[in-house]
Amino acid sequence: MSLALFWAFAALMLIFGIGVVLLRNPVSSAMCLVVSFVGLASLFFLLDAFFIGIIQILVYAGAVMVLFLFIIMLLDLKAERARKLNLPALGGGILVLAGFIAILVRVICSEPKFAAVKPALAQSTTNDVQAVGVTLFTQFNLPFQIIGVLLLVATIGVVVLSKRELK
Amino acid sequence: MDQVIAFLFEPLPFLIWTSLLKTFFVLFGAILPLVSLAVFAERKVSAFIQDRIGPNRVGAPISLIGFKKDISLWGLGQMVADPIKLLLKENFIPNSVNKFYYYIAPKLTMIPPLLVLAVIPFGSSFLTGPDGKPVPMVVANVDIGVLWVFAISSLGVYGIVLAGWASNSKYPFLGGIRSSSQMISYELALGLSVVPVFLICGTLNLTQIVDWQIQNGWLIAPWLNLEFAWWKVALGVLLPISFIIFLVSMFAETNRTPFDLPEAEQELVGGYHTEYSSMGFALFFLGEYAAMIAGSGVIVTLFFGGWSFPGIPDGTATWLPFGLEQSLPATLVWLPGAFWGFVNINVFFAKVSAFIFFFIWVRWTVPRFRYDQLMKLGWIYFFEIALVNIFLVAAVLVYLK
Amino acid sequence: MAIVVQRPKLSLAEKLYLPAVLGGLFLTFKHFLRSLGGKSVTMQYPEQRWDDKLPPWYRGAPTLVKDEWGRERCVSCQLCEFICPPRAITITPEEIPTNDPWAKVEKRPKEFEIDMIRCIYCGLCEEVCPEQAIYLRKDYAITGYSRAEMKHNKEKLYELGGVMPGVVNKWNENK
Repeated sequence: MSLALFWAFAALMLIFGIGVVLLRNPVSSAMCLVVSFVGLASLFFLLDAFFIGIIQILVYAGAVMVLFLFIIMLLDLKAERARKLNLPALGGGILVLAGFIAILVRVICSEPKFAAVKPALAQSTTNDVQAVGVTLFTQFNLPFQIIGVLLLVATIGVVVLSKRELK
Repeated sequence: MDQVIAFLFEPLPFLIWTSLLKTFFVLFGAILPLVSLAVFAERKVSAFIQDRIGPNRVGAPISLIGFKKDISLWGLGQMVADPIKLLLKENFIPNSVNKFYYYIAPKLTMIPPLLVLAVIPFGSSFLTGPDGKPVPMVVANVDIGVLWVFAISSLGVYGIVLAGWASNSKYPFLGGIRSSSQMISYELALGLSVVPVFLICGTLNLTQIVDWQIQNGWLIAPWLNLEFAWWKVALGVLLPISFIIFLVSMFAETNRTPFDLPEAEQELVGGYHTEYSSMGFALFFLGEYAAMIAGSGVIVTLFFGGWSFPGIPDGTATWLPFGLEQSLPATLVWLPGAFWGFVNINVFFAKVSAFIFFFIWVRWTVPRFRYDQLMKLGWIYFFEIALVNIFLVAAVLVYLK
Repeated sequence: MAIVVQRPKLSLAEKLYLPAVLGGLFLTFKHFLRSLGGKSVTMQYPEQRWDDKLPPWYRGAPTLVKDEWGRERCVSCQLCEFICPPRAITITPEEIPTNDPWAKVEKRPKEFEIDMIRCIYCGLCEEVCPEQAIYLRKDYAITGYSRAEMKHNKEKLYELGGVMPGVVNKWNENK
């Protein structure tokens, strides 16, 4: 059953991922991206990675994409819809994509270890929230703290930029 | 027949049909009636607060079948009459709307609150599954319960934003913009204010949080429990702060007064649902009440002990009041457990109803915030207080426990 | 010059906002309990009415009245028809036949219609009537199933108006 669900959610993700690129209306693209994120989260759930999956929804679908939508809604969308298809750009895009897929296929075929199916991970005894927390604060403590500082710097930067004109 | 029963008690089919049964019970047996009861209660309570009587006529229309007078039933028929009225109205669609998003927006508002209810434990387990484990009275007993609540309720903003945008009209648009910024702002305070709860209980699973509260006292006032400890007294000061921030943020998340800026009648006509009529409007309307019920359920579960109540045993009890269990025949040994399980479910919904009353009570008391006050409250006060509160609770736990 | 209004200095309790909210909640709860005890101010309309509490100057439906001798007070002068702001009144005058005891009055309405859909209950007809023939009575629930029903004819108007012994006595023999 989980295999069927995997194919269903993977198909959902890919279809809406294509929708993000193909649809002319930016709001439609954004909504497709949201559905795509939900599909991705479902794939994480299937892998028993509940924490990562739910964070995917909470952060990307629930916060980041709402901000995207917020900005898109304030734009004038008529110009975007009226734009004609740019054929050379389209051709170039297809060429780049074809090249990328060709390289990918070649790399996977070149070495059997890339294509091998890995055995399933052992079921951990603790729940995955705990597992993620313990790993973050023991094994990857330094990178974690550095990212924290980086985010703090970014926050301060935003405050400075937005308050500059008030002086 | 025996084969069918045997098949039903295999682990996977058992899980599926019990889950479906629980979903069905929660959705159609509890939440949807509760939504329409909440709408009725809103009208009735607002009337009482304003020294009026409120709807008191609609009842059983037995004069239609030949009786002389109708039975008024204190106006309870209004619960049915309101949805019927909304269903039968003309569904008018303005010409300029973006049809697809206009159709889908009300559904997107209604679904998240119902999904949130999936992880809220609404009773003690009184059935034992085929694997010997008790069947939890929660649709999905997942380890990420609270995160699920936040993630799904944060998706509720899409319905409102899309309704505002797709209506292609100024007032709904402003309502949608206000709503999205308000929800993003208060999600932070909402999330941070309950971190102390996880620090204390050490889990995100709502069932386990309720179990913790049964053993150690409700989180709103842990010192009320018989087992006295100094850390409980210290937390008794800090957790109410958490609770107040969570409660107020919940008001903001559900767009209830005093935070109902997205649908402020005086400024925005009707806000994001200005252009909706009939069932589209009804879904927004019912979605708001469903969100209120889901929010009440989360508050009750996190701070008020969920389905537990001091003195009432859970579904594993084997006694009945007045010693009735001694006169039971041997085939009915499951009855005490089922009885107390039923009582527990009712305790949970009684607590939820009390909070719904509180939501309504506040709505008819407190005037609406101004937009800058709303943002200031969320970002400058609640965010900081919640952050400091996390550190204080962590310190108490480290040094006193 | 711009006037700078000094904002009031708030105490800590006021800044916290919560005491004020709690105070408000207590106040509304008091009202809630009072209404729950049946002390709300609502009047249950069709069963309870305020008819006996209406002031004497209450302006209900306009009606025609007869005097104490059963004579129609209206002399068809049509002043009310002219003054009526929404033009709700239509009068068809008629000459009083010579064999009538009140023949000296000369005119009376053959038909007198007030369209109660148009009437705005302003009372100008009562004000303008030189014969004190039209009065606004206390009927406020004027209803009907059709437009025709909402048009009060002479018969209906006299039925609603009844007898009004008046001060204008110029037509009777005693004068």
